[in-house]
Amino acid sequence: MSADTLTTEPAATGAADDPVVVALRQRFGDHALLVQPTLTGMPVLWVARESFGDMLRFLRDMPEPFEMLYDLSATDERLRAHRHGLPEADFTVFYHLLSVSRNRDVMLKVALREDDLALPSVVSLYPCANWYEREAWDMFGIDFVGHPHLTRILMPPTWQGHPLRKDHGARATEFDPYTLTVAGQEVEQRALQFKPEEWGMQREREGTEFMFLNLGPNHPSAHGAFRIVLQLDGEEIVDCVPDIGYHHRGAEKMGERQSWHSYIPYTDRVDYTGGVMNNFPYILAVEKLAGIEVTERAKVIRVMLAEMFRISSHLLFLGTYLQDLGAMTPVFFTFTDRQKAYEVIEAITGFRMHPAWYRIGGTAMDLPKGWEKVAQGFLDWMPRRLREYERTMMDNAIVRERTRHVAAFTTRDALTWGVTGPNLRATGCNFDLRKQRPYGGYEQFDFEVPLGRHGDAFDRGQVRIEEMRQSLRIIQQCVDHMPAGDYKADHPLTTPPPRERMLEHIETLITHFLQVSWGPVLEPGEALSMVEATKGINSYYLTSDGNTMSYRTRIRTPSFPHLQQIPALMRGGFVPDLIAHLGSIDFVMADVDR
Amino acid sequence: MNWLSEPLLASLVAMLQAVVILLGVVLLGAVLTVVERRLLGLWQDRYGPNRVGPFGSLQLVADMIKIFFKEDWIPPFADRPLFVLAPAIAMASLLLSFMIIPITPGWGVADLHIGLLFFLAMAGINVYAVLFGGWSSGNKYALLGAMRASAQTLSYEVFIGLSLMGVVAMAGTFNMREIVNAQEGLWYVVPQFFGFATFLIAGIAVTHRHPFDQPEAEQELADGYHIEYSSMKFGMFFIGEYVGMVLISALIVTLFFGGWHGPWLPPIVWFALKTGAFLVLFVLLRASLPRPRYDRVMSFGWMFCLPLTLINLLVTGAVILLADPL
Repeated sequence: MSADTLTTEPAATGAADDPVVVALRQRFGDHALLVQPTLTGMPVLWVARESFGDMLRFLRDMPEPFEMLYDLSATDERLRAHRHGLPEADFTVFYHLLSVSRNRDVMLKVALREDDLALPSVVSLYPCANWYEREAWDMFGIDFVGHPHLTRILMPPTWQGHPLRKDHGARATEFDPYTLTVAGQEVEQRALQFKPEEWGMQREREGTEFMFLNLGPNHPSAHGAFRIVLQLDGEEIVDCVPDIGYHHRGAEKMGERQSWHSYIPYTDRVDYTGGVMNNFPYILAVEKLAGIEVTERAKVIRVMLAEMFRISSHLLFLGTYLQDLGAMTPVFFTFTDRQKAYEVIEAITGFRMHPAWYRIGGTAMDLPKGWEKVAQGFLDWMPRRLREYERTMMDNAIVRERTRHVAAFTTRDALTWGVTGPNLRATGCNFDLRKQRPYGGYEQFDFEVPLGRHGDAFDRGQVRIEEMRQSLRIIQQCVDHMPAGDYKADHPLTTPPPRERMLEHIETLITHFLQVSWGPVLEPGEALSMVEATKGINSYYLTSDGNTMSYRTRIRTPSFPHLQQIPALMRGGFVPDLIAHLGSIDFVMADVDR
Repeated sequence: MNWLSEPLLASLVAMLQAVVILLGVVLLGAVLTVVERRLLGLWQDRYGPNRVGPFGSLQLVADMIKIFFKEDWIPPFADRPLFVLAPAIAMASLLLSFMIIPITPGWGVADLHIGLLFFLAMAGINVYAVLFGGWSSGNKYALLGAMRASAQTLSYEVFIGLSLMGVVAMAGTFNMREIVNAQEGLWYVVPQFFGFATFLIAGIAVTHRHPFDQPEAEQELADGYHIEYSSMKFGMFFIGEYVGMVLISALIVTLFFGGWHGPWLPPIVWFALKTGAFLVLFVLLRASLPRPRYDRVMSFGWMFCLPLTLINLLVTGAVILLADPL
């Protein structure tokens, strides 16, 4: 697709026939929206600032509604060369809505001018917009009028500038050397002082003086650098405010400075317990842009490793979840199991936690000789252990008493707050992308989607144990039916290109040289890929401007909205319930802050 | 040598015994810290400390050196006198309780008529250690831990005494030595099984051992009442906990398992074996159980244990009266 075809031809994606687009046109008129052809797999509609609020409300309230605000962020359009046919814009804010009942998505985009960066807040429509709007303010300086608490969320309060703007530096060498004066230190110290009012909390009510307990960013049960300030009456939580950003590394900004190929290892570290599971959505999105269809063997290898990492991540969850409930032993057992999983992963990829093993167009290497035996050993080992965990822990009266009806929420609440993955399925909502929108070859596998019923901390644990069983089933099918063939697609953009063919003639040599030094050049366009990652839905929304690097990399991670939901669940609970809930969410801060 | 009269000799021997028992208990408490870690390692499929000396035998020495030479830091926001007093109470109240334990027919510190009551009094004083420590630290986590500890102790002290009254009623005395002698035929664990069960539960609660370690719940309160303590002051809380374990185990053995009585082996061996078995039980509980919520711990005490001890006492009294009407 060249730049010239990037027009508003509806036929390009068939989006114009989409029932949602038809409904919107009927309600708001033909000129209210402009359909942008993309490779995202959903209608992408440009709408005016004046009408987008009404449209969101319409979409939220229509029959078979768009229950979830899946993602909200922005793009700095000022340096983008290939945007013919799109409305004039310096900045674009996009609203990605998801409908579980329709199993469809839609994206609304609003164009903004640099001198008028303001939009009405949609927190009243979708409560989970709160943190997303704060992030957009923090990263781009976009003002959301009517937002209850529009402050920085990922960057420190004293930060100057908005990091994801194109005029903000991306490397340390673009800044002056860092200095901290005594005066500067005092400013920083003052900014760290805790004033309950600034966090939207009261000091006292009806003669009761509250205690503020600062839990984190360094606390045994905070699962990383996570901070939550509790407003306590005795041990009852009156209110609480989570504070994130301590693990922010600017993964999205790095995406704009790394070639399509060399960004792969950065994705591993986003959900650092998920390993190659993070490569998956990124690689799928890049392959959409490149137009690569990978071989069957590559697909099955990818699925197998992704499921290995799902098990490894769930085992970590199970151990720490039970440890948060005060049981000290299970974590040692689950780590023994993880070691067994890592033996398989290490034998295949050569790495343990962060293999960065998927490649554009395939995988880094073919499977080693004898991999089946190692994998089968793990498959034979695990079922007995899972049974043991269920018998000794999930059937334990204390575990049940600590987790039953604790931090329970309904499917409706979950969708309102953007909850996905096992936490959503624990409420009984059957929404697993591997079934609902099979990607990367999952349609060929036979497995079930375990569901909970009560949406409480217990079901969140039980669902994950069951998911491990299903993952074992999938891996068994991979072992039994691994297709023969090549592990890399035969495509000019496959990176790195097959080395065997490199020395045949000058063309392949030059291609190889360019792709491993500069990196492959992808056609301009936008692509988005979602996967059912270990903790929920993880997606990469990539914008290519016809370069060796991404123009904008938006990473939507599941843990971010999961943490945002905590106050809504914990008000009125006790401190031990909060700890049980934190254990049951299964989050890592790298997945929240990126 | 006539200054060495008989009473003087007797009191010297008694003093020597007291010193030996004191040192023995403190040493045992210290050794237990390592034993517990090794046992946990065994049950958790890992090694535990095995690097210092052969089979990790010198781990204790390394720990002692470390804990003695750490900076003894008193936070500037702490209430100094109470902060210093708390660990001393923690250690002293439990050590003093050992006074009443008859180890063998010939060994023991004091033969008090109110032996059992003395233990109950000391257990009551012990809670001040936690309260003072938590309050004086000026730390919210410590305060929450202290609040939990006081609520918990209040709940469990009520029936820890009641659970023992069945034994007292059967033996007809508070004197520990006489209680042991009364068990020559039949250990009290048989007729007083519910008394034993409730005392075991309350004993774990009194020593803040898992699963009743809510005052220091690591996952919730990040160590609770002794969060601000370091060096030997922390060490005294730490060793105090193990001394408490030894004390409760020794008391269970004395009150319910016939003390030093047993065939073939010498009394001291029997006493040590029985006490050791309960110490291992303490460790095994920690390895195997999750932690209940602290308000459930309280309601369990009030709603279940207290009625059980009352019924137990009632039945015991009725049986004694029926068997031997006054």
